Amino acid sequence: MTLTIVLLGASALIGIGLYGALSQQSFVMLMMGLELMLNGALLAIMGFWSQGIGGPPEAQLLAIIVMAVMAVEMAIGFALVVAVYRKRQADVTESLGTLKG
Amino acid sequence: MILALVLFAVWSGWRVFVVDSMVRASFSLLASFVAVGGAGVLMSASYIGVATVFMMAVEMMVMAIFMVAFMMNPAGLNPMSMVHQNRLSMAAGALAFLGLSAAVLTADLPDRPVPPETRVVFDLGLELLGPSMLIFETAGVTLLATMVGAVVLSSQQGRFGSADEGSRPPGLTENGEPAGRVPDESGGHHMHHGGHGDHGGDVDGASDHGQGHDHGGHHHGHAAKGDPS
Repeated sequence: MTLTIVLLGASALIGIGLYGALSQQSFVMLMMGLELMLNGALLAIMGFWSQGIGGPPEAQLLAIIVMAVMAVEMAIGFALVVAVYRKRQADVTESLGTLKG
Repeated sequence: MILALVLFAVWSGWRVFVVDSMVRASFSLLASFVAVGGAGVLMSASYIGVATVFMMAVEMMVMAIFMVAFMMNPAGLNPMSMVHQNRLSMAAGALAFLGLSAAVLTADLPDRPVPPETRVVFDLGLELLGPSMLIFETAGVTLLATMVGAVVLSSQQGRFGSADEGSRPPGLTENGEPAGRVPDESGGHHMHHGGHGDHGGDVDGASDHGQGHDHGGHHHGHAAKGDPS
C-alpha cells in the first residue's frame, strides 16, 4: 500500500516536471522541471528500496547516483546559462534559434 | 504520514509552475524536496533522506540567487506566465502521469519492507567504503569534473581569449555598434538588457583589438587551433 502511494506520487512529480521542462520559457524554470523529474525518480527509488526489495545496502547507491546527477545537472546547467547569456544576452529559449556559438 | 508527505511534495511541485515569483517557485521546489526527503526518512532510508534535504537546501539557495540575477519579476509583483506550447506540454505531462500510474496500479508490486532491526546507515557506510567504493569514487570524480566544467563554461576570460570572442560581429566604426543581425531582437521578452552599446561594447572593443577583424564571427575556432599553447 505504501509502495503504491509512493509510486503514484513519484509519477505525479515526473508528470509535473515533464510539463515544466517542456512548457517553461526561461532556462532556470526549465531546469526546475528537470529537477522535479529527478525528484520523482528519487522518490520512486527510495520507495522500491524500502518497500519492495527488503533494503539491501547496495541498492541505496542508485539514489546516491541520482543525487550526483542532480548536482551535475544544476552546476553545468547554470554554467551554460551564464555562458549563453554572455554570448547572446538570452535568458529564454526562444532567443536561441541557432546553436552557433 | 507518508501519504501526507507525498501529497505535499506533489502539491508544492505543482506550485513551482503556478506561482508568480521565481523565488517562491524556487522555495516551493525546496519544499517538495524536503517532503521527499522526509518520506525517505520515514521509509527508513534515513541517510538518503537527510542527504537529500541538505543537498537540496543548498542547491535551492543557489537557484534562488540565479533567479534574482537572471529573471524578470523575481519578487512576484506582477502576474507571470512564461510558457510556450502549453497544451502540448500539459498533454505530455498528463500522459506521463497516467501512463506511469497505470503501470503502478496494474503491476504486481513486490512487498518486502526493510526489516525493522536493520542497521541501515551502518550497512550503507560499509557498502560505500567497501564493495561499492568504485561507484562512490566515480561520483566524486564526476563532481570534480563538473566543478572544472562549470568554471570553464562560465568564466569570462577563457584560455583562448575573452569568452564572448567571436560571438558578435565587429562594429562598422571603431568601438561602434555591432554590424549585422542583433541576436537579441527576436527574444521579445520584457527585460531590457541594458542595450548592446554599453554592456557588450567594451568587451567587443577589447576583443577587436586583440584578434583581427577580418574573420568576423568565425575566427574563434581558428584562433583556438592555431594557438600552440
